[in-house]
Amino acid sequence: MTAELTTESDPRTPPGDTETRHGHRRRRSGGNGQARAAVLYLAPAGVLLIAVMAYPLYQLVQLSLYEYGQAQASGGAPLEFLGLGNYATLLSDSRFWMVLVNTCGFAAVCVLGSLSVGIALAVLAGRVRWLPRTLLFLAALGAWATPAVAGSTVWLFLFDQNFGLVNEVLSGLGWQGMEGFSWTYDRFTAFGLVAGEVIWCSFPFVMVTMYAGIKAIPGEIVEAASLDGASTWRTARSVLLPMLRPLLIIATIQSIIWDFKIFTQIYVMTDGGGIAGQNLVLNVYAYQEAFAGSNYGLGSAIGVVMTGLLLLITVIYLWAQRTTGENT
Amino acid sequence: MTTAARAPKRGLIGRVLPGKRPGRTLAEIATVLVAATIAFPLYWMVLTAFKPDGQIQSTDPRPWTLSPTLENFRQVFTVDDFGRYFLNSVIVAGVVVLISLVMSFLAAVALTRFRFRGRTVLLIMILVAQMVPVEALTIPLFFLMRSVGSVAPWFGLNHLGSLILVHLAFSLPFAIWMLRGFVAAVPAELEEAATLDGAGRFRFTWQVLFPLVAPGLVAMSVLSFIHAWNDFLFAKTFIISATENQTLPLAILVFFKPTGNDWGAIMAGSTLMTIPVLVFFVFVQRHLVSGIAGAVKA
Repeated sequence: MTAELTTESDPRTPPGDTETRHGHRRRRSGGNGQARAAVLYLAPAGVLLIAVMAYPLYQLVQLSLYEYGQAQASGGAPLEFLGLGNYATLLSDSRFWMVLVNTCGFAAVCVLGSLSVGIALAVLAGRVRWLPRTLLFLAALGAWATPAVAGSTVWLFLFDQNFGLVNEVLSGLGWQGMEGFSWTYDRFTAFGLVAGEVIWCSFPFVMVTMYAGIKAIPGEIVEAASLDGASTWRTARSVLLPMLRPLLIIATIQSIIWDFKIFTQIYVMTDGGGIAGQNLVLNVYAYQEAFAGSNYGLGSAIGVVMTGLLLLITVIYLWAQRTTGENT
Repeated sequence: MTTAARAPKRGLIGRVLPGKRPGRTLAEIATVLVAATIAFPLYWMVLTAFKPDGQIQSTDPRPWTLSPTLENFRQVFTVDDFGRYFLNSVIVAGVVVLISLVMSFLAAVALTRFRFRGRTVLLIMILVAQMVPVEALTIPLFFLMRSVGSVAPWFGLNHLGSLILVHLAFSLPFAIWMLRGFVAAVPAELEEAATLDGAGRFRFTWQVLFPLVAPGLVAMSVLSFIHAWNDFLFAKTFIISATENQTLPLAILVFFKPTGNDWGAIMAGSTLMTIPVLVFFVFVQRHLVSGIAGAVKA
């Protein structure tokens, strides 16, 4: 926000004056008027983002360096600077490592799941006529529109131990072991159930994005490729994929960002992190440490780790995309 | 694009992978089946909401009911103050959408149409802001809202204002990024023509640009609305003691009980919570799809 203020070297010159002397060129190349208008236009969003995002981010890092518990939060005890103490506590805690593995594995499954389902259905939607395509889009928009809590509750109910439709159907098909089976009891089935719900409500974004990309490719390019004797596979790989790459990057990054920090679904479906915390992910873990355990310092340290990891994964992905993009 | 010779019109993939007729019929049957599977949880939710108690708590669930009832809906409005929570959710999501519409539009205009030093830096900062896991900020935000509350109670803990502030800020980076492409797509000649006609910068912004980027604004509004409407974490953290200021996602949890979940009420509540978003989606779906397409093309 401060950067554009510096361009106002001579705010006194009236805009009309510049125009008569230098014509339109002066205005287009960035006169004072533009810089001043930019400040005005950016101010509301800028102030809010600094107050509610940048400053709390700074505070998060700061909090993570202190012993900050119930006593400190209520002002009853002085702050104690720990330096990297909270991080040392985390790194030596086996539970933290389990949560870290949970988070990365769960996010990876959700990202891969929503990407592959979304892309497959976008391709399918491009192959069929209007009516089936519209039905598919309506269903996908419905799943997309369902609030996370509502989606979680209905999936829980479908997979309910006693009254769920899924167990009933499976045991009806002759799989006797599924009668009264609890999906949320085991760590992996619980994660699988949540991942199913997450993929269900997040593939539509990928599908809509990729479908838009496929539609935007001019048919002439594909015809030219087939006239040149390129096989279907070759066309898809060498012509369509590079054209869809920017979209794929957007869809992947958005999925990583969303799935890495999922809170609601885990919290609702596994009742706050599963039996004995077996289904905790970083986000829920930080929440539990801070607000259930009044351990705000440690919770903040988890938040910092989470932020760092997410930025790292995104940057690595972008970098990998750039290098492969240059090679081909 | 479509010449008379190329009729019947086929999608791109149809042209790329020229499937034979039976192949397409098979693909269409598969599409309908997939659509039904995707829609099934929603169907089950609405159906259960209308089922009488005995049929819900049955170990032999059936995908239909011959005796629909409104009893579950009555339950959520009497046992839980659902109308109140519904209104709270509407206020939070509505205010967020309206304000972020203006804020992100103005910011997108500045970032695409004005030349000034530091523009690139700001653009990169907005990209990075999108990657910040806002949920990680819950702890500092909790303390921030606690101190804000002593100065401006409406924006402090236990008030809807705190939720509005947070969701507004969190929806901005993506909204700005999304609108950028739409604003950039408006040709510069148009601006020159407007200037020659005597329209100032502000008039051009509101009377020419604003209507032109409408598809982007709609798509952006939908995504901001969903974000605020869905929120569970911040409502759970900020609205601690003033239950009358709770929002919908938390209101449903009342019916999860250790002694046995009231699935009828839970599904009725979930249905009530989904319907506004669904209606919103159906109305704007055309703009939503073209909006996302426009944003990703940019």
